[in-house]
Amino acid sequence: MKANKRSMMRTVICAAALAALPGLAFAQGQPVKIGLLATLEGPFAAGGADGMRGAELAVAQRAGTVAGRKIEVIKASSNANPDVAVNAARKLVEQDKVDILVGPLSGGEGIAIKDYSKSQQQVTFINGSSGAQGATLVNPSANFFRFNTEGAQWMFGLGKAAMDKGYKRVMVIAEDYSFPYSQVQGFMAQYCALGGKVPLKAWVPLGGKDYSSVIARIPKDVDALLVVLGGADAVNFLTQYENSGGDKPMLGGSITVSQDVLNYKGKRRDSLVGTISAGPIADSFDGAEWKAFVADYRKAYPVSAGGFPSPSLFAYTYYQNMKAALDGLAAVNGDLSANHAKFRQTLSTMTLKTPTGNIKLDENRQAVGTTFVTEVVKDSKGDLTTKVLLKVDNVNQLLGMKKEDFQLGTRDVPACP
Amino acid sequence: MSAAKWRRAMSAGSLAGTGQTGTHRQEPAGPSSKESVSSSTSTRLGRMRASIKPRHILCLLAALALPFVATPFFTYQVAAQSLILGLVALSLSFLAGYGGMVSLAQMSVAGMAGYAVAVLGVSGTEISLGWHWGVVLVFALLISVVASALIGWLSVRTDGIYTIMITLAIGVAFYYLVLQNYSVFNGFQGFQKVHPPVVLGIKWRDPIPLYGLALTCALAGYFFVQWLVRTPFGIALQGIRDNPRRMNSLGYNVTAHRVAAYAVSGLLAGVGGVLLIWYNGLISPGSVGTGWLINILVIAVLGGTKHPLGAFLGAAIFVLMQTFAIDLIDRERFNLLIGGVFLAIVLFSPDGLLGLWAALRARWQLAQAKTSTIRRRP
Repeated sequence: MKANKRSMMRTVICAAALAALPGLAFAQGQPVKIGLLATLEGPFAAGGADGMRGAELAVAQRAGTVAGRKIEVIKASSNANPDVAVNAARKLVEQDKVDILVGPLSGGEGIAIKDYSKSQQQVTFINGSSGAQGATLVNPSANFFRFNTEGAQWMFGLGKAAMDKGYKRVMVIAEDYSFPYSQVQGFMAQYCALGGKVPLKAWVPLGGKDYSSVIARIPKDVDALLVVLGGADAVNFLTQYENSGGDKPMLGGSITVSQDVLNYKGKRRDSLVGTISAGPIADSFDGAEWKAFVADYRKAYPVSAGGFPSPSLFAYTYYQNMKAALDGLAAVNGDLSANHAKFRQTLSTMTLKTPTGNIKLDENRQAVGTTFVTEVVKDSKGDLTTKVLLKVDNVNQLLGMKKEDFQLGTRDVPACP
Repeated sequence: MSAAKWRRAMSAGSLAGTGQTGTHRQEPAGPSSKESVSSSTSTRLGRMRASIKPRHILCLLAALALPFVATPFFTYQVAAQSLILGLVALSLSFLAGYGGMVSLAQMSVAGMAGYAVAVLGVSGTEISLGWHWGVVLVFALLISVVASALIGWLSVRTDGIYTIMITLAIGVAFYYLVLQNYSVFNGFQGFQKVHPPVVLGIKWRDPIPLYGLALTCALAGYFFVQWLVRTPFGIALQGIRDNPRRMNSLGYNVTAHRVAAYAVSGLLAGVGGVLLIWYNGLISPGSVGTGWLINILVIAVLGGTKHPLGAFLGAAIFVLMQTFAIDLIDRERFNLLIGGVFLAIVLFSPDGLLGLWAALRARWQLAQAKTSTIRRRP
């Protein structure tokens, strides 16, 4: 028995040593190491897991190799807090020595990672799905690239759609941090210009459980509510609003009606039907590339294996950014010499073919791309899905404004009470 | 025994006792009293020298050599972070181990010091006042000491689970304050780019300087607690932990001692908080959220609260698990491993790692004692 135990111990140690070996033996540049950072804990855990699926799909589509080099993906998790995200990124960059880092997921994290990227010139940082404007608009970092459009761009077009529906006055209910500020700005930039009014904005803490005080403040004379809440928060709000007898129609933010909210199994989910929202994806977009992408996603991650019926926004943006990294690597034939000089040059100038259309970067390495305005409908199977109302191409980060007129979205900017 | 007999016996005994001790004490008192005055400092040094054992020097050398052997990542993210979190946990294990008071607000106190550094000093946000770092440090530590004393003053009249509830409530209240206040604390986004000052031409955020700073503070905190618990104040505090009513009737002010203990722990947590914000370079409400309040308790319990060393041991295990668990197990399940290890340690050793170590040592000594008696037999 004792000898048995000892021999088992020996086997375990040997196995551990063997597992560590490849890392040592082939560190000399053969596989290309890509760090993948998403939130597997905290309020966006479901979204983070789907983001990872999207990124893995991009790797799988290239059968795990690019330009003859094997792709080695190393994962890390955060919980949507910037300090945790930077700790996780530091592990990927300084301990695991990745060449490229794809991530993070949420706005505040994105700004923190952008700041961190300035001290790590040997690594190319490509965003995950973080959508804060400041990450590329304020003090941009030369080695931080974002191939997804951001929070304000995602909402461009919703203002017009709301006016078309006859909503003249809208109250805003949004989480109190940078990403919803951007979302609200993207909506209001167009809405206010077309003559709409926003008499009241209620900023609620992220992860709040009780919305009764906000619901009590909703004025009688508004035509609709703009709800920019993510994941579990949105579900909480909807339940409480429904319970208190609310009946105002809803406008949704880009992550309010993402697939993980549409998948909500509660009784109240029918109240989501008719909600219009805007974002970089639309489940029912009928472009051929989009359909192929959705089919690929469903094949790789069937619902029975934990996937969503249709890829979420997080899956899509992570896919987009990972694809950009791999396409860039393929274009330079895997050449990452001289601090990735050629690779970064290619990333800055290439046209990325994505399932929703072409994407190019502006001078701050920020994507200029397509936004969809969608309406929630019920399909024949009873699943909630979205229908495209409007497709707006080439939305840039300044929302069509001149640089000198543009102000970063905050709690009070823009305003049209 | 009758009352009179008993009284006689007692008085005789006490007389005899005083007589005996009197003669015993008086004889050597003459020469030694002068000696003790002149040599009190030297004997103290001697006692210190005697208490330093080879293993202490070995530990110190290992700690000093670490940054030159390990990678900068390990030095910074694992070692420095462990020392800093250990310092915050030390403030809790001092309160819990020597004062018998479990406070969940220690991370909030550390966060107050951190927020003070961010608000009064330099950061990437316009709110910061940009004062000189020396002034900022004094204010940060002062704020944490005063805040901790106030928390103590509120909570020391309660016991056990009620203390935990009150301190938890204070911690959560502070979290929501910084989350929802924009004019001073900048809400959800908090403060970015809060870097330590460049002093003596050294960038204190580089791995080795930060590690050195953390190690110095951690050692200072460790020896400070070691020293404090042997002073009359520390002894009285431990007496209060064991039996507050008896200490009260002996004339000790229980409340004052407990509040003072809170103030001391506030200083330790404040130093930890300042180092933590320099380490992270940013602070946001997430840094003082419920998760962190409980993490500090987990660290203290993991290591064991019977000795100041426990806090640092617990922090090392905690940080190692947080950093590397994701490499060992499936990406979505790594928190399970962390929880499992914590559960195992607490289950098998109620007094944390220190308890485990003590149990191992006791077993080893027992084995040695057995062998030595065998050997002594002819």
